[in-house]
Amino acid sequence: MDLQNTSLTGLRQLLDSRSISAPELADAYLDRIRTVDDTLLSYITVTPEEARAQAQKAQARIDAGNAAPLTGIPLAIKDNLCTDGVRTTCSSRMLEDFVPPYDATVVEKLKAQDFVMLGKASMDEFAMGGSNQTSAFAKTRNPYDTSCVPGGSSGGSAAAVSAGLCAAALGSDTGGSIRQPAAFCGVTGLKPTYGRVSRYGLVAFASSLDQIGPIAHSARDCGILLSAIAGQDPRDATSAAQPVPDFNEKVGKSLKGMKIALPKEFYGEAVDDEVKEAVLAAAKTYASMGAELVDCSISTLKYAVAAYYLIASAEAASNLSRFDGIKYGLRGEGKTFDQMIRDSRSRGFGDEVKRRILLGNYALSSGYYDAYYRKALALKQEFIQEYDRIFQTADIILTPTAPTVAYPIGQQDQDPVKMYTADICTVTVNIASLPAISTPCGYNKAGMPIGMSLIGRRFDEATLIQAADAFEQGFTVIPAKPEGGAAK
Amino acid sequence: MRLYPTIGLEIHAELLTKSKVFCTCSAEFGGEPNSRCCPVCSGLPGTLPVLNRKAVEYIVKAGYTMNCDISRFTKWDRKNYFYPDLPKAYQISQMPRPVCLNGHVDIRVNGEDKVIRINRIHLEEDAGKLVHDEAAHVSLADYNRCGIPLIEIVTEPDFHSAEDVTAFVEKIRQLLQYAGVCDGKMEQGSLRCDVNISLAEPGAPLGTRAEIKNLNSVKAIGRAIDYEIYRQTEILEAGGKVHQETRRFSDSTGETTAMRSKEDAHDYRYFPDPDIPPIIFTEQELEEIRASLPEMPEQRLARYLAWGIAKNEAETLLSDKRISDFFDAAAASYPNPKAIASFILVELMRRINLGEADMGTLPFDGAALARLVELGETDKINKSNMKDILRSMLETGKTADQIAEEENLWIREDLGLAESVIDKLLADNPGPVAQYRSGEQKVFGFLMGQANKALKGAATPKAIKELLEKKLKG
Repeated sequence: MDLQNTSLTGLRQLLDSRSISAPELADAYLDRIRTVDDTLLSYITVTPEEARAQAQKAQARIDAGNAAPLTGIPLAIKDNLCTDGVRTTCSSRMLEDFVPPYDATVVEKLKAQDFVMLGKASMDEFAMGGSNQTSAFAKTRNPYDTSCVPGGSSGGSAAAVSAGLCAAALGSDTGGSIRQPAAFCGVTGLKPTYGRVSRYGLVAFASSLDQIGPIAHSARDCGILLSAIAGQDPRDATSAAQPVPDFNEKVGKSLKGMKIALPKEFYGEAVDDEVKEAVLAAAKTYASMGAELVDCSISTLKYAVAAYYLIASAEAASNLSRFDGIKYGLRGEGKTFDQMIRDSRSRGFGDEVKRRILLGNYALSSGYYDAYYRKALALKQEFIQEYDRIFQTADIILTPTAPTVAYPIGQQDQDPVKMYTADICTVTVNIASLPAISTPCGYNKAGMPIGMSLIGRRFDEATLIQAADAFEQGFTVIPAKPEGGAAK
Repeated sequence: MRLYPTIGLEIHAELLTKSKVFCTCSAEFGGEPNSRCCPVCSGLPGTLPVLNRKAVEYIVKAGYTMNCDISRFTKWDRKNYFYPDLPKAYQISQMPRPVCLNGHVDIRVNGEDKVIRINRIHLEEDAGKLVHDEAAHVSLADYNRCGIPLIEIVTEPDFHSAEDVTAFVEKIRQLLQYAGVCDGKMEQGSLRCDVNISLAEPGAPLGTRAEIKNLNSVKAIGRAIDYEIYRQTEILEAGGKVHQETRRFSDSTGETTAMRSKEDAHDYRYFPDPDIPPIIFTEQELEEIRASLPEMPEQRLARYLAWGIAKNEAETLLSDKRISDFFDAAAASYPNPKAIASFILVELMRRINLGEADMGTLPFDGAALARLVELGETDKINKSNMKDILRSMLETGKTADQIAEEENLWIREDLGLAESVIDKLLADNPGPVAQYRSGEQKVFGFLMGQANKALKGAATPKAIKELLEKKLKG
């Protein structure tokens, strides 16, 4: 069975027709994880026992004839989503042994469908980074070229989907952490509208930007997964009172007359030519389907990275304060509270996390608040207005997902500012609370995948899935060959 | 040099909601350590606070009792600092947009009316409690109190003496109790007070202030202020300078000592809490909350005065909401408020002051007490027996009727028996009878007492008195 070429509906048919049992399917993935993941390092924790027990349970439900869409489907869960009884590390020494006594709402919802959890996917530490190289435990490699990064922070989830180590996965996206690794690993990732999915049980990075979403082999698969996890949650006051539609309801409908905007700032010098060409070629494909291409501009884009890093780091500095070694997590030493907290945090956090905590606390300090944090909040309003203006005339926006393809491990370690700048294409979506989907649109000369992003109106994920699917139907995926090491 | 104190207050009051302010844990006082907390209030990763709307309703009520403006748009902020009793390492509080602003409360001090301005009231969460075990060299954290809803009432610096402050704190306690939003139990920490105090010559700019933290009784507040006025006066008169600092008060020494100076003050890095959406009140919501406010002390006072109760008696009844509630229940059951008020204030309060009873744990309700008063007022029992019956009610929990029955205290109005007993009494006491008849009226009391004693419930005192008078004159 080719686990890199599956679809959720295909697996559903195989399971429901008894062509394969849920335990057999789980074992197939577990076998492949055993073979491939020593190199790829996409999982921090593999949970074979839980997976087999869940598969048994799923099989009973299938046999009873009342399978839900994800019953028996093996998935990977990003390691910042709390899982009852299964350690949840956030790729940090701080939480190396942390076993939550509760499930995140999204995990609870998947369990209600009797899904199968294969394990916890690696990530950048506390979701801070775009390379998965800040993980304290599993510095994931790109399945297309194991000398390259998989992207991040949901790099484990994206690599696992790409390499066939799970049918699909959950990630989280604060400034591009679903879309950019999806692009780097040649798979599809959807960042839902802020408020669409409950954040309860997602270890917070930046609460006003974080959103959980699916990474899968296709837009349709993302739609199925999103339908399972979306909805208002009484435990998350920021989850929206919006009806949950069938997110695939528009799939297959004609794009004729759909207006697709191309903001010129997203196609500037910072973006690699090969990336630009692939995305513009995709735009032409859309035009050939009857969509109308519209030029537009987001003049404030040049401030996006600065605004993002101020807001995200300020919230992160506060959110990560609870990791003081007193209640759980790494316990440092010291004669006083202060010394003990300092030692816990010095040893528990990696450099990138410390950098952001410093940045965030600086931005919130008295005397600097007005100059930094308040200005960043003002910019947030600007971005919201700029996008609202574009959506008055356009239905969706098409941009590159990242300025480059996946880069070699170690290349950007020494220059955090350069690494932050690479987030230019993704961060405004989070700041403006919009949904966006990244799907593969080409490969560069070296065979590395290129991703394009479609950005939509708030709570209009269905149109994004429709448009991404329309492109995917005519696009030939070249699967990664993680077994063979570097791709040629 | 005459120095004049200026004082401002921050009062923290715990709200009486059933559950905590950001989770569904019980907000009750006490409990085994860490038995009343959950992943949310103990700050586990990934958990989120959800605002308890009842707590919001309660702070709005508190605001109305203190004549505040209610912000139509209100939001919550994070106050960031590390301390082991604060599991998230930030307290959810309110900085620029508190629920209540610009109020005022009237107080009366030594016969003088004063207006105290309220700067703001905001809603925040309480922290946990640390227990230091000196012997074992460990500190233990109890998170039961984490997330109990607190309101912080911040006044303008409108006080100039300990009496001003204690009168105000009593008034605030009374208002919160009557509004039903705080039990006002200072001994359990549900009401506590920080005092900012500075001294200056009249007309001069305000002096440097010191803050005394966490005073938890009215008595401690008064003592701490008096001590601090003395301390600062000594410093200033000796030509020294008062340091801006936080101080703590010791109940045992009666003195304040420095805790930390201004230089050690935290930078709390306040910013809007992204987990809690702001609240925008509609006029209708606020009107509904206002309409749901129970009767407040001033309205009750007017009612009591209209019933003919003396002002000082009415104020005593109102000083503790439980007494006032009890009185109202009694008056509703037997509409003779004056008699009931006087019996509560004299007899019941005596038992309470002697420690024989507690207002919170009386074994009977207002209606039961009203029945006792009614029995006395309607001559079903001798009034002189009422206080014994009350004691018996407190001890046994029995009703006044049961006790009267068991003790054979019913007045039977047997006038034939009364007449024969009085005849015998007069025959047995020729001396006093002669004295009375020769004009010494005061022996009447003696004879009346003897008659009451001998008759013991056979007739009402009034009937006995009339009969006795008739016999003496005849």
